Amino acid sequence: MSNAAAHDDHHAHYGVPGYDPVAWKMGMWLFLFTELLLFGAVFIAYAVYLETYTWHFTVGSAQLSIPIGTFNTLVLLTSSLTMALSIAALQRGKKELSIKLLDMTVACAGLFCVVKAFEWGAKFEHGIYPGSEHLLAMARGEQMFFGLYFTMTGIHALHVIIGAALILWVRARIKSGAVSTERITFLDNIGLYWHLVDLIWIFLFPLIYLVA
Amino acid sequence: MTTQALPDLGEVDYIRAGGGPWSWEWLKTTDHKRIAIMYLLMIVAFFFVAMTLGLLMRAELLKPGTQFLDGAAYNRVLTLHGVIMICLFIIPSIPAIFGNFALPIMVGANDVSFPRLNLASWYFYVAGAVLALWSVGAGGVDTGWTFYVPYSGNTDANVVLPMLAAFLLGWSSILTGLNMITTVHRLRAPTMGWRQMPLFVWGIYATSWIAVLATPVVGITLVLVLFEKFFGVGIFNASMGGDPILFQHMFWIYSHPAVYIMVLPAMAVVSEIVPVFSQKRIFGYRFIAVSSIAIAAIGSLVWAHHMFTSGMADEGRIIFSFLTFFVSVPSAVKIFNWLATMYKGSIRIELPMLFAFAFMFLFSIGGFTGLQQAALSVDIHIHDTSFIVAHFHYTMFGGTGTMFFGALYYWWPKMFGRMYNKTLGMIGFVLFFVGFNTLYFPLFIAGLKGMPRRYQDYLAEYQGYHELSTYGSWIIATGLILLVLNLIGCMRWAKWWGSDAETNPWNAASLDWRVPSPPPVHQFHEEPIITDGPYDYDIPHLGDDDSKAAPAEVQA
Amino acid sequence: MSHTQDHADEPHLIPYGTYIGIWLALCMLTLVTVGVSYADMRHMTIIVALLIACAKSTLVVLWFMHVKFENRAIWWFLIATILTYVTFVILTFADYSFR
Ligand code: HEM
Repeated sequence: MSNAAAHDDHHAHYGVPGYDPVAWKMGMWLFLFTELLLFGAVFIAYAVYLETYTWHFTVGSAQLSIPIGTFNTLVLLTSSLTMALSIAALQRGKKELSIKLLDMTVACAGLFCVVKAFEWGAKFEHGIYPGSEHLLAMARGEQMFFGLYFTMTGIHALHVIIGAALILWVRARIKSGAVSTERITFLDNIGLYWHLVDLIWIFLFPLIYLVA
Repeated sequence: MTTQALPDLGEVDYIRAGGGPWSWEWLKTTDHKRIAIMYLLMIVAFFFVAMTLGLLMRAELLKPGTQFLDGAAYNRVLTLHGVIMICLFIIPSIPAIFGNFALPIMVGANDVSFPRLNLASWYFYVAGAVLALWSVGAGGVDTGWTFYVPYSGNTDANVVLPMLAAFLLGWSSILTGLNMITTVHRLRAPTMGWRQMPLFVWGIYATSWIAVLATPVVGITLVLVLFEKFFGVGIFNASMGGDPILFQHMFWIYSHPAVYIMVLPAMAVVSEIVPVFSQKRIFGYRFIAVSSIAIAAIGSLVWAHHMFTSGMADEGRIIFSFLTFFVSVPSAVKIFNWLATMYKGSIRIELPMLFAFAFMFLFSIGGFTGLQQAALSVDIHIHDTSFIVAHFHYTMFGGTGTMFFGALYYWWPKMFGRMYNKTLGMIGFVLFFVGFNTLYFPLFIAGLKGMPRRYQDYLAEYQGYHELSTYGSWIIATGLILLVLNLIGCMRWAKWWGSDAETNPWNAASLDWRVPSPPPVHQFHEEPIITDGPYDYDIPHLGDDDSKAAPAEVQA
Repeated sequence: MSHTQDHADEPHLIPYGTYIGIWLALCMLTLVTVGVSYADMRHMTIIVALLIACAKSTLVVLWFMHVKFENRAIWWFLIATILTYVTFVILTFADYSFR
């Protein structure tokens, strides 16, 4: 494993850090690890409180709609698919198709956020939002459940929005030709980020919706 | 000898190039060497700010009762001192300055993998620093550098600013770490195998991994505290069902590995300096490299030893106490290897080497007292006493702080092409060393006798220790000022003393000493061909048995 | 010292169909996890749900994120990260499971 890195690409201009897809991906993965650990830390908090307040978490979770959660899961999974396909398309030189698939990805992201917003809105209407009197009157375990619910889905939704913005950015760059079949790493990396967002939801969904 | 210099093509060096030393171009630079210098300026400045705060506290503690800082003010000074020293000085010190400056050259690269990201992380650092200073303007913070809830959640002081500052500084160190890891993997000279990397590179590599994996945890923890402040989500608030001890867990999941972010680079610098000034191949290269990784790994398993008195389950405390003892093993491996490297070497007593000696002495004291605290029953007694204050200053300041100055004295000729005045440096070093022990050793004893930490007042019976300690702070401050003055005074624009530095004043074998001092913007025009290890010093007069001791893995 | 990494630079072309297959599998697993949650398994519910989530994320990581075809270093990185995280969880529970 000693020469883990493939170095052949910078012999011509020695050591000028230019376009090195492997390095870019490596950097992206390292960044993704920080995101994983960031969410991971919240998951630790969730696990601790799930253990402490198992019953209350069940009660809290029962107040969420499983169909809506499932629908949103499927939406995100689909967006992951269109993202992967978009990369596959650009790899094959099909620029238009790639852009179309990206549009579908963004559409899914938007749909996800809208559904999420309605879900939050419904809770707000029932007087359940952080710091509300209704919530403060609930059992502590339930307060904790909803606190974590809003925190985790909130941070996740923020990532969905950032992800969608990044996709629009890479879309523009594909259009302008800055990202192309030969220089595809930028799209690859945005794809990685998007799949990470999906990955986190894959764990969030059962933990939040299905513990009832 | 393998230390031929690369041909000096008469290129203009990185300081004079691109507008020269005083131009605004520096703020836009992506040259890893210039970024290193910009970090250097900031970090040294903050060190002196925080040192002044430390001196203030020591002066207050000269006598019992209130001198000029009342309790509230003392707490604010204490917190600021801690936050600056930890976040703005010690964590970025060696990785950001010397990691940036020396690591790319040592692996034969012209820059880091992501030069623009590198500049961005400097700006993150600056933004964090600005926020930290702003928090002083906003009335200061009195939580201690650990921001423990529930107090940090309830206090009127503006904790938002320093927490955001810590968050940004965390990102700065993550991005630097990310850059270093990628650089080592991707820009290492093709002929340099993993086992031909200088140990400094190994140390920074291990450090970078901790930074990448642990920092996000504290980042989100602070964000969660802010969520409580802004949105009333009480993840750590007991009255909303939260557990304040969970905050401590999540805080230390990062902050304990962070002490290895602090000390691993220092050990890495020692591993560079000892073989160079013994002119001998490092003993047990592989063990030192692996022990860096081992420290990074084991160091992630022991965080809760900061919480023995917080109310954890007994079983949890026993497990963490048990694990803590293991961290000492890889550290000890390093110390033994350095000693074995010096054995029969031709030791030259130069300033960097003296700092390395000081490191071994001070860090050993810090390490051994750490073992005492790892024992549960002992820690119950000494937790939150000035014993702890002495312990962490011995490890962080005596360890990393010392090697920060050691690294400055080692690489200064390379960075600025000027050699400092050795006599002046020697005086500064002696004052530093004597002052250090006078400052902190009495605190061990006072702590054992029951002097609590973070107190501005104390019973008369502790006065002797405190007086001694305060005198010590004056000695060490004089020493530190001399040490830095010496470096400033030898620069090209001052030239109060010192001389021009050669390419390789220490006769070192690693790549960084083969490029001109100071290096040109592009240090390598051709791929450097690595045929030997970074510590291959031939010492013929030592005879055959020395070459047998040579580790097999560094042959050409 | 394997030379597989050298090919990491060239994109590995995965057929569209494979992606769609993976997507179908993911959707199926989602429905399974929902279905299973209605069955009364007490504390096993959460364990089963997490196992399914792990299976799903493995699919995402290996195929959508191309780790299957990625160079060796990324594999090691990923393993190190997951191990680190798992240790954090286990050790946190070294405290909480005894309270
Ligand atoms: C001349 C140098 C220094 C002096 C005079 C000094 C002095 C002090 C004093 C008097 C305290 C307060 C102890 C107490 O009341 O509990 C303190 C705390 C502390 N110092 Fe230093 N120190 C110096 C350098 C450093 C360095 C280099 C570091 C870090 C690398 C450091 C990190 C800390 C930390 C983290 C605290 C604890 C703050 C808290 O409790 O929240 N100090 N120092």
